[in-house]
Amino acid sequence: MDLEKIKSEVEANVPGCRLETVANPSPSVQHSLRLDPEHAVAVATFLRDAVGLRFDFCSNVTGIDWPPTEVSQKVKVRRLVEGVEQEVDEVQKTTTPGSIEVVYHLFSIELKHGPLVLRMSTQDRDAGVHLPSLTHVWRSAEFQEREIFDLFGVVFDGHPDLRRLLMWDEFVDHPMRRDYIEPDDFEYEPTAHDEVLRRAQQHQSETRPADEGGIR
Amino acid sequence: MSTAAFPAAVLPTQQIGSEPTSGPSTEQLLELSMGPQHPSTHGVFRMNVVLDGERVVRLKPVFGYLHRNHEKIAESETYLGSMPYTDRLDYICPLTNNWAYALAVEKLAGIQVPERAEYLRVIVGELTRLQNHACLVGFLMQDMGCSGTPLMYAFRQREMVLDLFEALTGARMMCNYMRFGGCRVDLPAGWLDQTKKVLQQFPRFLDEFERLLIGNEILMGRTQGIGVLSKELAVSAGISGPMARASGVDYDIRKVDRYGIYDRFAFRVPLGSHGDVYDRLMIRVLEMRESLGILDQAMRDLPAGPIVDPKTKIRGFRPKPGEAYGRIEAPKGELGFYLISDGSPNPYRYRVRPPSLINLTVLEDLCLGHNVADIVIILGSVDIVLGEVDR
Repeated sequence: MDLEKIKSEVEANVPGCRLETVANPSPSVQHSLRLDPEHAVAVATFLRDAVGLRFDFCSNVTGIDWPPTEVSQKVKVRRLVEGVEQEVDEVQKTTTPGSIEVVYHLFSIELKHGPLVLRMSTQDRDAGVHLPSLTHVWRSAEFQEREIFDLFGVVFDGHPDLRRLLMWDEFVDHPMRRDYIEPDDFEYEPTAHDEVLRRAQQHQSETRPADEGGIR
Repeated sequence: MSTAAFPAAVLPTQQIGSEPTSGPSTEQLLELSMGPQHPSTHGVFRMNVVLDGERVVRLKPVFGYLHRNHEKIAESETYLGSMPYTDRLDYICPLTNNWAYALAVEKLAGIQVPERAEYLRVIVGELTRLQNHACLVGFLMQDMGCSGTPLMYAFRQREMVLDLFEALTGARMMCNYMRFGGCRVDLPAGWLDQTKKVLQQFPRFLDEFERLLIGNEILMGRTQGIGVLSKELAVSAGISGPMARASGVDYDIRKVDRYGIYDRFAFRVPLGSHGDVYDRLMIRVLEMRESLGILDQAMRDLPAGPIVDPKTKIRGFRPKPGEAYGRIEAPKGELGFYLISDGSPNPYRYRVRPPSLINLTVLEDLCLGHNVADIVIILGSVDIVLGEVDR
C-alpha cells in the first residue's frame, strides 16, 4: 500500500487531522504515519473501517523513549574582543524536551496487506504523558497499552482498565525509560550498609509499612 | 489490589473488597485466586476469579511473576548477544524465536539468506511446530484430568524431536541456532536419515492419538461449546496463530507474508468453524499433519551450498539507522520483533510482540459463564508459555 495515498485518503475523510509521513531509511522501507493525538481515535476508526484499507488487525503496540537531548551548535556572533568588534564562534546549547512515542503496527486480515505503522508522541516526559487510548478501536491494544503505561509511564486516556501489567502495583518508576536507574538488589541484600542501606530504608518505607517488616 | 503475599486460596469477598460489576449480590460471590503456584497455569500465572457458585462472573489475569525485562536487557546487548536470550522467551520453541529475531535483523540491515539456510530454517521451524503442538495436546489432556498416559505419549514424540535438535545444535531446548544471514552449523552426518525415521513414526502417533481420544465422548463433552471465541472478537483482539484459525480466521503468516521460502511448499491451512476448545485442539492435530508434508518437501529439495551469507559481519555488526518489524508464524501465533537502530552496536529499541500475552487478552471473555474446571482447559487451549508472556 502506498503511504501517501493512505494519507490523502485519511485527510479527505477525517476533517482537521494533521498527518505526517516519517521516512524510514533502513532497507525494510517500513515508513510510518504520525498522527496528532486529538484526531487519533477518528483516524484509527477510519483506517479500520474504510473500504479498501480495512486495517482490522492491530498487531503490535509499543513505546519508544526519546529522552531530552542537548544539541550544541556553533554560531558566529559579533562581539567586542579587546575593544575591537569581531566575528567569533560561540557554542549555543539547546535542549529538546524529549518525548515518549507510541507505535502501532496494523495489518489487514480481510485484504491481507500491511504493515501500516502509526506513531504518536507525547508532549514531554513529565506532565504531558497523555495519549488517547485506541483500545476501543482495536481490543488487542488493551494489554499492550497497559504494558506501555507500566514500563514507559504513558497515560492512555479512555483506557478501560489502566493498571500496571508486569510490575507490581506499588512500584514507583518506569523501567523501560532510558534514564531509569536500577535499584541495588537491596530486598535480598544480607548485610546492607552505607548507601545501599539508606536506599533500602527509603525504598521500603515508601513501599511497605513498618509493621510488615519494613526497615525503619 | 496488593500482591504482597500469596493470598489464601479462598477468601470471603467481604475481606477482599473488590466489587464485581455484574451478577447477583456480592454476599453470594466468592473470590478465588488461581495461581501462581497452580499446576494448570503452565507456569507462574495468576487469575483472580470471582465465582457465583461454580460459575465464573469475573476473571482478571495477573502477570509479571516471571518478568525480567528482556527488552531492557537486549538494549544493552549487541544484536547477536540477544540471540541466545531469545531462546528463553518461549522455551518450548527456541528455534522459531531465533528465526523471528534473525528475520527482523535481516530486514533492518538488508541481509540476504542463502538457499540452503532457508531450507534448514524451514526444517527446524516445522520440527519445532510439531513438538510444540504435540506437547500442547498432551498438556491439554492432562488439564482435562486424563492423567499421565496421553501426556507421556506426546512427550515420547517430543523427546525424539529434541534429540534431533541436540544432534544439530548441541542443546535440546536452548538451541541458539540461527545467525543473521543464515544458520550457525550445518547438518551433522546422518541427521536427515534420523529425522526421516522420527517423522515416519509421527503419522502413526497422530492416528493413535486421534483414535484414542479425539472421538472420545467424555472429551467431546468437556470441550465442545466451551470457551467459544467469535471470529470478530478474534480479529479485533489481535488473536493469532492456531487459536485464531480455530475461530475461522483465515490468516497464516506463512501464506500471507511468504517469508523465507514458504511459497515453494504446498500445504493447507486448517480452519475451525466453532472456535471452541475442541476446535483449538483439532487445529493443532491437523497442523501437525500439514507440517509433516512441508518437512517431506523441504528435506526432498534441500540444496547444497553455504549456510551463512559470507558478507555478514558477526563482530562489530552495526546496522544503519532505521527500524524494522519482522514477524513469523510461530507455533503459538504471530511472533514479531520490532527493532530500531541508531547506528550503534546495540539496538536503540528492541520489542518482542509476544503471541502468548496477546492471545490472553480474551481469556475473560472466553471463561465468563463457564465452570471453574473449564477455566483450566480454556487456558490450556490458548497455549501459553510464561517465559514469553512476562518476558
